[in-house]
Amino acid sequence: MTDIIALTAAQAAAAVQSGELDRRELFEAYRDRAAADDLNAYLWVADEAPRENGGALHGVPLAVKDLFCTEGVPSQAGSRILEGYRPPYTATVVRRLARAGAPLLGKTNQDEFAMGSSNENSAYGPALNPWDRTRVPGGSSGGSAAAVAAGSAPWALGTDTGGSIRQPAALCGIVGLKPTYGAVSRFGMIAFASSLDQAGPLTRDVTDAALIFRHMVGHDDRDATSVAFPEEVVLPTAQRLDGIRLGVPDDLTGEGVEPGVMARFEATLAVARDLGASVERVSLPHADYGLSAYYVLAPAEASSNLARYDGVRYGLRREADDLLTMYTKTRHDGFGAEVKRRVLIGTYALSSGYYDAYYGRAQRVRTLIAEDFKTAFQRVDFVVTPTSPGVAFELGAKTGDPLAMYLNDYFTVPMPLAGIPAISIPCGLSEGLPVGFQLTSPAFSENRLLDAAHALEQAIGFDNSPARAAVSA
Amino acid sequence: MIDREQVLHVARLARLELSEEEVTKISGELSNILEHIEKIGELELDGVAPTTHVVEVPNALRPDVPRPCLPREVVLEQAPDSADGGFRVPSPTA
Repeated sequence: MTDIIALTAAQAAAAVQSGELDRRELFEAYRDRAAADDLNAYLWVADEAPRENGGALHGVPLAVKDLFCTEGVPSQAGSRILEGYRPPYTATVVRRLARAGAPLLGKTNQDEFAMGSSNENSAYGPALNPWDRTRVPGGSSGGSAAAVAAGSAPWALGTDTGGSIRQPAALCGIVGLKPTYGAVSRFGMIAFASSLDQAGPLTRDVTDAALIFRHMVGHDDRDATSVAFPEEVVLPTAQRLDGIRLGVPDDLTGEGVEPGVMARFEATLAVARDLGASVERVSLPHADYGLSAYYVLAPAEASSNLARYDGVRYGLRREADDLLTMYTKTRHDGFGAEVKRRVLIGTYALSSGYYDAYYGRAQRVRTLIAEDFKTAFQRVDFVVTPTSPGVAFELGAKTGDPLAMYLNDYFTVPMPLAGIPAISIPCGLSEGLPVGFQLTSPAFSENRLLDAAHALEQAIGFDNSPARAAVSA
Repeated sequence: MIDREQVLHVARLARLELSEEEVTKISGELSNILEHIEKIGELELDGVAPTTHVVEVPNALRPDVPRPCLPREVVLEQAPDSADGGFRVPSPTA
């Protein structure tokens, strides 16, 4: 094989299957690139190729976001409080993929506990965007996105709570799929906001996303919220969108969206029309409240989930003469600024006298947002938006203003609130940087979502290789 | 809107020590964020049921059968301090 790295994951798997490519050679090619990573995309890289063989994924190695527990391998969720933590067990989804033939290549950088949209909240320094190293790769799955875009991983796992797969995929010019809530087991995923968190793939193209997703889904006895996927996940084949109706939210007017991003979005709608789709406006009257509801619910659940980091059972401990001071000092030194902010917001929102006004109301708003989508899907097949209001921003540009950072998530938070799947595909460049196009559809309709994304991807013909070329140069 | 005393109260509830500098910075930041969050107060929500699970699932029941768990020594390996087969911590009362 002349250029292993140029192959998509599906192509590499096929080459191994046909005997053209040795799986060990494939693993080593990526291991070398991951070990030489200078984007700070990796926090740990495997020493050697695994011995086991077989599986439908034929040994195509997998980069995994740091917050997935991997037995005996550092799993720190980008946090100082878990420094050196090597879990005694492996997350179900990582185990399933290893068994399917996608061995662990490395652990990728992320915002601490998945809280962030730029990867700048990692305790281990930010990952950089391979399109422009002075810019963020997005977050929180920034390391996974940077690794795939730079060709130091064929594909990667991330998690999405409010956009943490789709936004970095958009900013790095790759594909990111957030599945239906419950489609993929959360067992062994270090929790951020349990009613929103969902694992999904970051890949070079839509076919790779479908291929890996097929081996991720299914009920797990260890995650009571996981459900059996109702149908077989199939590889997408659609080349046309005849009869498909796309809905553009009627409040998406371009306000708050960079003109270059809006232009690429409009151009992609034109491509969809050429493929036979119709485009109409849909009303999502409560979408504008999504961000507010999200920034109640996610911190509230996080403040509860992060109570476990107390210096007793694992991770960092700061010694003190009494137990309470040990807790408070450990948490002061172990958590970064954004995590502290969210723990405090969440604790406030759940505290006596405020619960109904915040958490209780936000859970009701969530119902309205889910109903908005259900109503929209009676008229259209997919709701489409830009994935992110802007292209990758410069490192440090938004770190001083937490609220400005949160606004990045405007287009991506409503879907996890409603539990529905969404995908971001690259749709071109603005100012030389990738722009993401987001499609969302009803729960468990991933096959249709992937098919439509595939048809668009083929017609757009986005070339994601410049990022890899720039890194090799 | 959220003052220093409230920040300290919430930090105590969250078992989080904050430096003087953090208290000042965070009370300003939290006020801005809460102001944005309070947008949900605008909505009429009478009769709207809260979301409990985004995908309809029946109660997840399983037979109550004991299953093996991780061996004690494996779990204690990660502990910052352990003794006599348990996690060791400083006294609750110094």
